[in-house]
Order: sequence, then C-alpha cells, then structure tokens
Amino acid sequence: MSESATNPMREAIQSAISENPVILFMKGTPEAPACGFSARTVAMLESLDQPFAAVNILPDPAIRQELSAISNWPTIPQLFVDGELVGGCDIVTEMYQSGELQEVLGIEASAPSAEEPVAVSASEPAPLQIDNLL
Amino acid sequence: MPVSPEELKQRIEAGIPGTSAEVSGDGAHFEALVAGPAFNGLSRIAQHKLIYDVFGAEIGDRIHALSIKITALEAR
Repeated sequence: MSESATNPMREAIQSAISENPVILFMKGTPEAPACGFSARTVAMLESLDQPFAAVNILPDPAIRQELSAISNWPTIPQLFVDGELVGGCDIVTEMYQSGELQEVLGIEASAPSAEEPVAVSASEPAPLQIDNLL
Repeated sequence: MPVSPEELKQRIEAGIPGTSAEVSGDGAHFEALVAGPAFNGLSRIAQHKLIYDVFGAEIGDRIHALSIKITALEAR
C-alpha cells in the first residue's frame, strides 16, 4: 500500500482522517443531512454527545472517489475513529445498539482497556439520549 | 435494467458459496439478510465487504442503496 501520494485530494482526506479522532464522511451536513443513512448516523453520534468532524462529500465527486479508494468501502456515510474505518450506517447502528460503538468511542467505558491511554481529553460525560435518534 | 430483490439474492448466494440471503427492496433501496459460514470469524467490515465485492461498482450506482444484516452460522 505504498503509493507515492501526488494526489492532493487523497492527501487532504488522509490527513483529515488522521487528524480527527472521530470523523464522519456524509452526504450533506450534520445540520442538514442529504440522505437518510447519513442522518441516522449523525443522530446516533449526537445522541451520545460525541463531538465529531464531518465532511460533506456532495460538493465534489472526487471526494467520494478518493475516500472510497482509501477506505476500500463503496458507500456513504463512513465513520472513522482513531484513523480506522468503523463502518457505514448499518454497522454503526448495530454497534450503537449493542454498546460497542460507545466502547469504541470511549464513552461510559466500564472496563477501560489497560493498554490504551485516553488520547483525547473527553468532555464531561453526557447522559444518553435516544429520543432524537430518528 | 431495474434491479430486483431476486437478482440480488441470487447473486449473493452464487457469489458467496454456502450463503443464504433474503432480500427485500423497492428497486433502489434494498435490505439483505444474509447468513452463511463464510462470515464466521470476520469483522463486521470484512463481512460487509464480502457482500459489496459481489456487486463491485454497482453499489451506489445501479444498486442505489443496500442495507446489510449478517448472521454468521456456526460451522456444523
């Protein structure tokens, strides 16, 4: 996977992924999602009071093209945590319901992993709200 | 050519041996319930990729949206 990067769009996406602990590539914006799957994913993150960076892929088709080339994932939205693709709406939904998403995000981790120090200064824990899920 | 749930079902089952699929949808948005031993032990990402790989570039294009739910079957 060593590909000499002479592609500004790909580089920009890659640095966005590595610089933001939680980043969502979506259709539209968190305030005005342009697709039901993106809307649902935003709602789940917001219900956890999870701050996240968001990138609207709609303005330039090259964003989606380069993103999918990087992640090897064809659909939008795509949620990345700590530089790793967590999944799209289906996977995020399953993980949200099972509590794994909260674990990955370090929210209400009842058993914090010993080897992973908290890298991001978490804001104060917020109560769970699921009434604005849809 | 429009996409039918039946086409998606057959292609998933043919593309991933030992898999059974139930697909519903309206021609643009589809939902697939898929089960099979091929998914055992894989991460969710890897499981979904198996399905996406069956359709390649058709995902997001000809197949506008495909929602996937996987059940891994125990090997007998």
